[in-house]
Amino acid sequence: MGFRTIGARVERSEDPRLLTGHGEYVDDIHLPGMLYACFVRSSFGHAKVGRIDASAALEMPGVHAVFTAADLPASMRKTRIPMYLPNPALKVMLNPYPLAFDEVCFVGEAVAVVIADNRYIAEDAAQMVDVDYEPLSAASDCREAVKGGAATAHAALPDNKAAVYKVGYGDVNAAFASAAHVYREDFWQHRGCAHPMECRGVLADYDKRANLLTVWSATQAPHICKRTLADLLGRNPEEIRVIAPDVGGGFGPKLIFYQEEAVIPAVAELLGRPVKWVEDRREHFLTTTQERDQYWSVEIALDEGGKLKGVRGSMLHDNGAYTPWGIVMPYISSTTVPGPYVLPTYELNVTIAYTNKVPTTPVRGAGRPQAVFAMERLMDRAAREMNIDPAELRRRNLIQPEQMPYKVGLTFRDGKPVIYDSGDYPATLEMALQLSDYANFPQRQKAALEKGRHIGIGMGAYVEGTGLGPFEGVTVRVMENGKIYVSSGAASQGQGHKTMFQQIVAEELSVKMEDVVVTIGDTTAIALGTGTFASRITPNAAPSAMLASRDVKAQALRLAARILEVNEDELQLVDSRVEVKGGNRPGLSLADLAKRSLGMPGFSFAPGQTPGLQNTTYFTPPQAAYCNGMHIVEVEVDILTGGVTILNYAVAHDSGNLINPLIVDGQIQGGVAHGIGNALLEWMAYDENAQPQTTNFADYLLPMTTDVPKIVSGHIETPSPLNPLGVKGAGEGGTIPAAAAIIAAVENALQPYGVHIAETPITPERIIEMLHQSPAYDPMKSVGL
Amino acid sequence: MSETRQITVTVNGTAHTAEVEPRTTLADFLRHQLELTGTHLGCEHGVCGACTILFDGYSTRACLMLAVQTDGHAITTVEGLAGKDGTLAPIQAAFQKHHGLQCGFCTPGMLMTLTELLRDQPNATEEEVRDVLSGNLCRCTGYSGIVDAAMEVLAQQRGKGA
Ligand code: FES
Ligand code: FES
Repeated sequence: MGFRTIGARVERSEDPRLLTGHGEYVDDIHLPGMLYACFVRSSFGHAKVGRIDASAALEMPGVHAVFTAADLPASMRKTRIPMYLPNPALKVMLNPYPLAFDEVCFVGEAVAVVIADNRYIAEDAAQMVDVDYEPLSAASDCREAVKGGAATAHAALPDNKAAVYKVGYGDVNAAFASAAHVYREDFWQHRGCAHPMECRGVLADYDKRANLLTVWSATQAPHICKRTLADLLGRNPEEIRVIAPDVGGGFGPKLIFYQEEAVIPAVAELLGRPVKWVEDRREHFLTTTQERDQYWSVEIALDEGGKLKGVRGSMLHDNGAYTPWGIVMPYISSTTVPGPYVLPTYELNVTIAYTNKVPTTPVRGAGRPQAVFAMERLMDRAAREMNIDPAELRRRNLIQPEQMPYKVGLTFRDGKPVIYDSGDYPATLEMALQLSDYANFPQRQKAALEKGRHIGIGMGAYVEGTGLGPFEGVTVRVMENGKIYVSSGAASQGQGHKTMFQQIVAEELSVKMEDVVVTIGDTTAIALGTGTFASRITPNAAPSAMLASRDVKAQALRLAARILEVNEDELQLVDSRVEVKGGNRPGLSLADLAKRSLGMPGFSFAPGQTPGLQNTTYFTPPQAAYCNGMHIVEVEVDILTGGVTILNYAVAHDSGNLINPLIVDGQIQGGVAHGIGNALLEWMAYDENAQPQTTNFADYLLPMTTDVPKIVSGHIETPSPLNPLGVKGAGEGGTIPAAAAIIAAVENALQPYGVHIAETPITPERIIEMLHQSPAYDPMKSVGL
Repeated sequence: MSETRQITVTVNGTAHTAEVEPRTTLADFLRHQLELTGTHLGCEHGVCGACTILFDGYSTRACLMLAVQTDGHAITTVEGLAGKDGTLAPIQAAFQKHHGLQCGFCTPGMLMTLTELLRDQPNATEEEVRDVLSGNLCRCTGYSGIVDAAMEVLAQQRGKGA
């Protein structure tokens, strides 16, 4: 055996380039003759589009062209962007056109594009394109939008109900009828935007001689981008190459195929010159998908002893103007509610509304934070009313390890029943209690209160279906110099996939990590791919890499046995060489074997021999692998300013076996930061006409260094039986229960004032507003006046 | 084309004389004219800090400064931090060790802000480091690897000085 690299805390090989300014993001690529694009966008939430007059723009020096829908190739002029996620509950699948031509349905929807020598000129000229709009009534608040007679988000639709469906199991009404305790809550949850620090961007270059359209896009899913583009352009898919170069964060929205990804390649081909478009932050606020409001009305039923009997209620989800990712995200919300608990009955009636806002699609957590918030806040309510410690109430209801695999009774978004494959939920809870020194919190709280300080503690548990299929393949090939070439569709937006592949392949093939050369995010490097989302890369691609490496190793041993005329079992692969065990006979290097594996020109192979030492494996997981975690947060609330400080944040986390703890810890830390934003800061506001109100980082606040403490985390590694590495996804767990836990902690800190919080985000203003409703709140007294 | 002005500016120790349009930002000049694309643009409205460079040694938003304003001045960008042979500066190496970067997009701005801090506040506490870094947004890391890296280099520097 060589050096163990799987599971080691390995520094990332991606880093030196990025640290020295030599990364290459879409906007860093300069091609000769390149032109720049700026889009003309709707300034109305809902309007009919009339005449578009580009004459003034076209007269400006440096402007090359202005395209409207009518100027696009016939194949995409009046074709909506295809969408590959049908769902029987979704009555109509509505995606935008590459350029809108008759109706615009959200502020920022593109109607034309200006092409110029540089971005400054393109932006000036875009201002000069005159579009006649006839404003229509807009659907803004989803609660109003689903009422009879409300303005519709699309003129052609009879109402705004995109989908209405019910999920659940068991006789929930009987459970409620016989329950000892029933509590009802109404929650408003707002999720905000993803905001990777790099906005979106597309560069396209059509090579007429090679008949190849190359597209660089800041995308999470280059293969999906390629096939969507092929459909829209009516081109052979193999005449399109999509490259996701270095991508500056994704967090969900970059997996969507957008208008600009259709238009830029089309106009690059029409103009015969490379064209680049890079989104600015304001455009990002307007046009990159978000995850927005959900309204939950839910009840919880428990027996005398605090055992759960059921949860029932309804949920309304604002899906924005289109359904580019189907109804996946609200569907995930509705199937996440039971979490780690034995919940005997459950029913949720879901309504998905169209509104005239940018569509909502998964953002880190993908609908789960909302479900966890609903369930965990119900648990806290029950604990408070029944006077049971919140940890104890959870403990009484956790699924036990011996109940694994545990069938919840729901169908997940992958069409498979929700079956938790593995996990030790009580152990996760106990670890979190330890890490947070939960037992001594009452003393800490009492001591703080005596000094006039308001500290509180809160918790949030979750179970997350990760590693969704269908597949993510990996090619492994021994190159003739003995180094290993690895390629995969597993594009990275900062998760360190290259390092992960190097760790796995180096260990399996007993080579040095630096001798593993990895290409990801390029559709020419591997035929088929899915993309990076749903915490799916490690459970899909890591087993592919492992299995492909094992096959290549077997090929190398077989070939060496033939050449050395020994039995395979007398051979071993060590340090890039196949050696004869214990013997004094010389072995063969992987380089020798790779050369020999190609045979000699004109000579036939021996029977059974195959060319090269290579394998491509598309591992297909049978179902989602379920990770779980418990977060416990201690906060201090300043009752004069409403400011919240996080004093301690503990995470107990089980995402199966870890390939690189350094990277997993980073994912947790970053995920929690995102959750802190959701809980306390991030609010994407719209007015009653669906006009966005927060379109810069001064109005929409992201968490800063001063908002995010260092997370104290502990790992439990319950291997998943669903893949040979025993891994599960780890990209989103940090975010999922964060808002639930933080809000619970804030509420706990404000206990003396009876404050009850049923919403996120909760800003300082909102906290002060709530405090003022309490007769016990006397700001003057609290400062000793 | 609109009129241009000639400027001479020293970037990472090399003097460049160039024609620039008066409205061209320093960030666009560095990225597009000098092809030093390590300086990133995350917001172009002065909040995210991704574009931070050193202007005569002091951290500055390259998205909020015009190229013409740099005539006769010295700029340091992220490309100027590592040794000529590619050896990482201590703060760069510490970022790798502590996983202070994921996608790497905010990283150049973080490094430039910290380069100034390491020089000017050699005794900075963690609280001070966090305060200084509060002008740089990172969406990936949750900051703790960045803060750890800075604390380690500060300690190393003090060790050497003592
Ligand atoms: S790009 Fe300059 S501060 Fe954001
Ligand atoms: S590393 Fe991605 S934004 Fe900081």
